[in-house]
Amino acid sequence: MSSMLKKLILSITALSISGAAFAGNGAVADEFKWMTFTVFGVIIAITMAITFWAARSTHTTSEFYAAGRSVSGIQNGWAIAGDYLSAASFLGIAGLISLYGYDGFMYSVGWLVAYITVLLVIAEPCRNIGKYTMGDILAFRNDPKKTKTVAALSTITVSTFYLTAQMVGGGVLIKTLIGIDYEISVIGVGILMLAYVVFGGMKATTWVQITKAVLLVTASIILVIMVWSPYGFSLPGYLGSVVADPDVQKQVAKLLGDKAATMTPEELGQRFLEPGLFLKNPIDQISLGLALVLGTAGMPHILMRFFTVPTAQAARVSVIWAMGIIGGFYVLTLFLGTGAAMLVGPDKIAAVDAGGNMAGPLLAQYLGGGEQSYMGNFMLAFVAAVAFATIVAVVAGLVLAAASAMAHDIYVGVIRGDHATPKEQVVAARVASVIVGIIAITVGILAKGQNVAHLVALAFAVAASSNLPAVFLTLYWKKCNTTGIMLGMIVGSLTAIGLVMISPNMTYPKAVIAGANKVLNGEPAVPAKEATPAVERSSFMCELFALEGCVLAKPAQAASAEKPAKLGAAEKLAGLNAKLQPLLDELPTMTDVEVRATTEVEIAKLKKDIAAVEKAKAKAEADLKKFEGQTTSIMGLEKPFFLLKNPGLISIPLGFLLVILGSLFTRDKRAEEMWDELYVRQNTGINAEAASAH
Amino acid sequence: MSDSNVNWLAIDSNPKFQALHRKKTFFLWGLMVFSIIYYFLLPIGAAYYQDLFKIKVWGVVNVGILFALSEFIVAWTIAFVYSRKANKEFDAMAQDIINDVNNGRMK
Repeated sequence: MSSMLKKLILSITALSISGAAFAGNGAVADEFKWMTFTVFGVIIAITMAITFWAARSTHTTSEFYAAGRSVSGIQNGWAIAGDYLSAASFLGIAGLISLYGYDGFMYSVGWLVAYITVLLVIAEPCRNIGKYTMGDILAFRNDPKKTKTVAALSTITVSTFYLTAQMVGGGVLIKTLIGIDYEISVIGVGILMLAYVVFGGMKATTWVQITKAVLLVTASIILVIMVWSPYGFSLPGYLGSVVADPDVQKQVAKLLGDKAATMTPEELGQRFLEPGLFLKNPIDQISLGLALVLGTAGMPHILMRFFTVPTAQAARVSVIWAMGIIGGFYVLTLFLGTGAAMLVGPDKIAAVDAGGNMAGPLLAQYLGGGEQSYMGNFMLAFVAAVAFATIVAVVAGLVLAAASAMAHDIYVGVIRGDHATPKEQVVAARVASVIVGIIAITVGILAKGQNVAHLVALAFAVAASSNLPAVFLTLYWKKCNTTGIMLGMIVGSLTAIGLVMISPNMTYPKAVIAGANKVLNGEPAVPAKEATPAVERSSFMCELFALEGCVLAKPAQAASAEKPAKLGAAEKLAGLNAKLQPLLDELPTMTDVEVRATTEVEIAKLKKDIAAVEKAKAKAEADLKKFEGQTTSIMGLEKPFFLLKNPGLISIPLGFLLVILGSLFTRDKRAEEMWDELYVRQNTGINAEAASAH
Repeated sequence: MSDSNVNWLAIDSNPKFQALHRKKTFFLWGLMVFSIIYYFLLPIGAAYYQDLFKIKVWGVVNVGILFALSEFIVAWTIAFVYSRKANKEFDAMAQDIINDVNNGRMK
């Protein structure tokens, strides 16, 4: 096996070199790319050494799935943080804060609070009852074949959603950072992650996640010290200068639109620290919050981490550490995000990536000395490499979770009826990892250019509506049984998926076409409006569904003046070019240095505006072409029927309700008989799977 | 400990186990309900009590920022309180039961 591993390392090295050759444009300038590749190379070398070392002690099923249950509580805490802090939270939340201030920070809170559920009700009982998978927990007192099948399907569904989002996000991220082609990035991430999982199993995955978490936390602490220390680590002092920053004030004015006209610069800056710039629908937020708080505890790759520690006490220690690291990281993110807004500027961040994902990397570059400096580019390279390590570590955990469901639950548990030799089980686990890995790479490439951001929220919603009710009620409710589990899991997950399919997350061609036409043809003038009183919504259901006869709540509106018509893209371009041409003509004749300099600045600004309008025009034209003749979404809807972006508010209570109803209306002798054993074992740890002796 | 002939029903109905069960249930539900309520106060406050969230209390630092930061403190405190209670009380009670089982006193 080690010769295979060596070949693999060689091919990965070759791939990263060819990656360098394919590199086009990215945030890192060409002359500094060697730095990024060096840091990438070092990180790949470290993780490969880990894999090599882990592979020597990965022979049995327990070693492959659970690292021989020999991971310590503290190590597992770091690994959980490494597994959980995906690129979306590392780059995404800092980005949200840099563009929208307070709302971005508020968004991060739910990701930590989620671990209270994990700590209080899930971690220790799962360690005491479980073996390798969520299916093992459910099969303890319910019908093993049925519950393992449905648990495996749910695990694979949740992992695939999350995996797709990670693969697509990772591919885009690497392209934005260093310009490596999307497909090559996805294949590279896929092969690396497969190497960790197939050869080193859970042990390699754990240590790759620990390495990544340590790198991530170190990088963040260094950046925050650099951002915050000039203010003597004073919170009001620091935030005071954030709100006084003209770039921040300009961004708030842009977000508020007409309302900003009557506000002073101080008020605009202060508004950055107040809620409501990004998250507009409180019911949607509560729905997302519910999915996070209950979904994390049902995420198969997180559950699986608790089987790697020797005891329930160690599982407890690991959640405490994970909460410290994850929470501390989000607090640091507040400084990374606001620091990026103040020092780099929201405009520049959004210009590189509209979602703000580049806020952290650009901040690192700025703090190191800027675009042209060696130190700035080294720091950018380092943060880019951490982002890369983040993607492979999270993806490896997900692949292991999906592969264990496929091999341990479906193949060994259901198909072989739990009669497989230890050797067959390990082979099955490795084969399943390769299958899942290939699926991940294929889906990643096929989903290029698709909007996959909602898949993360969907993964959490399915986990919260299907996995959590089943695991929770199996562990804590005596009457829970097989029928309830089957009914709750199937209906819970299908409801979550179904609601997202008819939600605003989908693409609705009519709206896209209307938007594109606005860009191309401009908008007519809006006549002056008289003040209107507030409107009450007709019923709560109207907040959730686009029912007939619904009146949505509207706040009272002051009278507004007439708004002039907006120009189309072609007219805008003509106007800008008409301004640019005389300046270009005059420039060679200018003799005064100062006038010349101001004209050059003006020309640069006009050129930038022209490029922006041309980009918008090209996108609008491409949209029109893409959706030509289409009027409905893939579900045949012209506009969303379900109005929330997150289905949790409906699907989670439904999942719980159906487990309860299904259990109450049927009887299952085994589920009743096994209750005493399950409840005693989960509380005492008697007969829990022991750590393998090493 | 790998004794598969444990009489689970006997342990379950033993007063020591029932005491552990009652204490744990009460304590865990209390913390869980409190943490969920405290968490949802944040989006609710941000949406419906914006005037309160906007009040500046410490330079430009407003109630909203402090409340969001307090969410972290509260989460960590709950983790700390639970782990202290579990390390000191629940683990000892569970160990007592395990000892009884191993000595054959609970069969």
